[in-house]
Amino acid sequence: MKILVCISNVPDTTTKIKLSSDKKSVDLGGVQWVINPWDELALTRAMELKEKSAGKIEKITVITVGDKVAETTLRKALAVGADNAVRIEANPMDDYYVAAQIAEYVKKEPFDLIMAGIESSDYNGSAVGSMLAEFLEIPSVSSVSSVTLEGDSLLMKRAVDGGAETISTTLPVVAVVQKGIALDPRIPAMRGIMMARKKPLIVEEAAEIDALSEFVNFEMPQAKPPVKMIDAENVGELFRLLHEEAKVL
Amino acid sequence: MINFEFSEEQIMIQQAARDYAQRELIKDVTERDEKAIFPTEHIKNLAELGFLGMLVNEKWDGGGMDTVSYVLAMEEISKIDASVSVVMSVNNSLVCYGLEKHGNDFQCNKYLRPLATGEKIGAFLLSEPEAGSDATKQRTIAKDMGDHYLVNGTKNWITNANSASTYIVIAHTHPEKGHRGINALIVDKDTPGITLGPHENKMGMRSSDTHSVMFTDVIIPKENRIGEDGFGFKFAMKTLEGGRIGIASQALGIASGAFERTLQYSQERKAFGTEIFNHQSIAFKLSDMAVKIENARNLCLKAAWLKDQGKPYGTASAMAKQYAADIAMEVTTEAVQIHGGYGYVKEYHVERLMREAKLTQIYEGTSEVQKIIISRSLLK
Repeated sequence: MKILVCISNVPDTTTKIKLSSDKKSVDLGGVQWVINPWDELALTRAMELKEKSAGKIEKITVITVGDKVAETTLRKALAVGADNAVRIEANPMDDYYVAAQIAEYVKKEPFDLIMAGIESSDYNGSAVGSMLAEFLEIPSVSSVSSVTLEGDSLLMKRAVDGGAETISTTLPVVAVVQKGIALDPRIPAMRGIMMARKKPLIVEEAAEIDALSEFVNFEMPQAKPPVKMIDAENVGELFRLLHEEAKVL
Repeated sequence: MINFEFSEEQIMIQQAARDYAQRELIKDVTERDEKAIFPTEHIKNLAELGFLGMLVNEKWDGGGMDTVSYVLAMEEISKIDASVSVVMSVNNSLVCYGLEKHGNDFQCNKYLRPLATGEKIGAFLLSEPEAGSDATKQRTIAKDMGDHYLVNGTKNWITNANSASTYIVIAHTHPEKGHRGINALIVDKDTPGITLGPHENKMGMRSSDTHSVMFTDVIIPKENRIGEDGFGFKFAMKTLEGGRIGIASQALGIASGAFERTLQYSQERKAFGTEIFNHQSIAFKLSDMAVKIENARNLCLKAAWLKDQGKPYGTASAMAKQYAADIAMEVTTEAVQIHGGYGYVKEYHVERLMREAKLTQIYEGTSEVQKIIISRSLLK
């Protein structure tokens, strides 16, 4: 069994966001790049599955669509324990474009389980995993919070109102995973960091695909208005402000 | 050519150390400090991640990393917990480094391997009740008995004394020869005749275990001597040269950890109608702290780079250690000052960092001893 984990290369979650002067893009100068947190958890779970599978899971591949900058992130995924990495040489323009590029690769190199984080912490498109399944005409399960290997089949769990449901599908399958899939992302060990250098990281040409959407404009969230402090004794004033200014009463 | 860029691996190691410290060490650092509990579980985890023998060559099961990576990792761990980073420093740069550099294959196979993986940890026994900075005045005697040494004496302030399995003991064999009569011996902690004094009740780094160690007729085989007869003093001095980089980076981390907390606090705490960072008296303090930390970091990295290049680094590491330790004391004191009353209580961590900083000016060569080394090098 082979697992593919889709990795998004995103700015560190503590990055202060600045917009370019034409407001059509985000200024990415000086940004520190990390693995999208949901993808990192997916990779962690993939590693756990492989370690417990007694050889049944033979390989974990990580893939990203991006320029050379993304290789540092892929290298970290290799240090954590992925066996090989693929970078599709293209600028990830929208969800459709990214999913289509990955689909082209998977058509050449099939996998049994494809894992993708439910969203990425940069543009939060939340669509690549499901689109990828559509392109490949295979099942997908969304919001997966647990994946286990039972014999030869994969069981996936997700939360529903008031409970949880367990799903089994034919393989291959795309699991769109959310928090809970693994406890904490793995910290790469020294040995892993050394070995990452020697693991294959291949670069694939991008397929000829047009993006279907483009960013027209970005806006920064409005600054929060200053907090008004009201004396604990002055309940009347609190009600007046809630009624007249906040208009919630 | 000067290049200030770090490699992909160096950045990964820095991030790994940061992740572990900020995610795990922070959870119980205050409690361990208060109750003086040794970080057994953390040391096990850091060993699995490879931090305890990160400088040792892969052929001896180490991480095979360079000294620059070590500085980066030490800084990140020390930002949160110097009691943990001192275990890492003693094991890596005193015990493992000393063994790898000067031990023979038999000694490396038997002792270095488990130390490099962190399966066992080591301690370096040099200081004595009456021989601290003046390390030539060793009173511990390793009497030559033909096929073995008979060791008697007392060692003081020994980091890892209880948690270590392997000791490197510095002792006199030929007192009449002065420092040329000193030997370095590898000693199993459970050898009969070794007893430990009580856990020292320290001002800071309370979670690291420090004891005195007494030797009474302890029999050590000759094969456990490092180098030729009389090599011990030179061995100790050479090993401490590298150790200084570890403690310098620890002091750097204590300073930058206090700085990061203070910078954040200064943007949250308000006084006179605005965040205190907007008061020049506070902003300028932070500016001074940032410059000192940047200087200390550059000195640590320069010493590490020289060591990695195989160039002499003794003076550079003394400069790094003296400067980083002294500014750690200054920066942490200012950090407490800027925090005001909050800085004086344990919840905000900076008072602990201030207590930890003090030790970096004292152990592995006081700031004054570093000045002796630096000033002597000026006349060479």
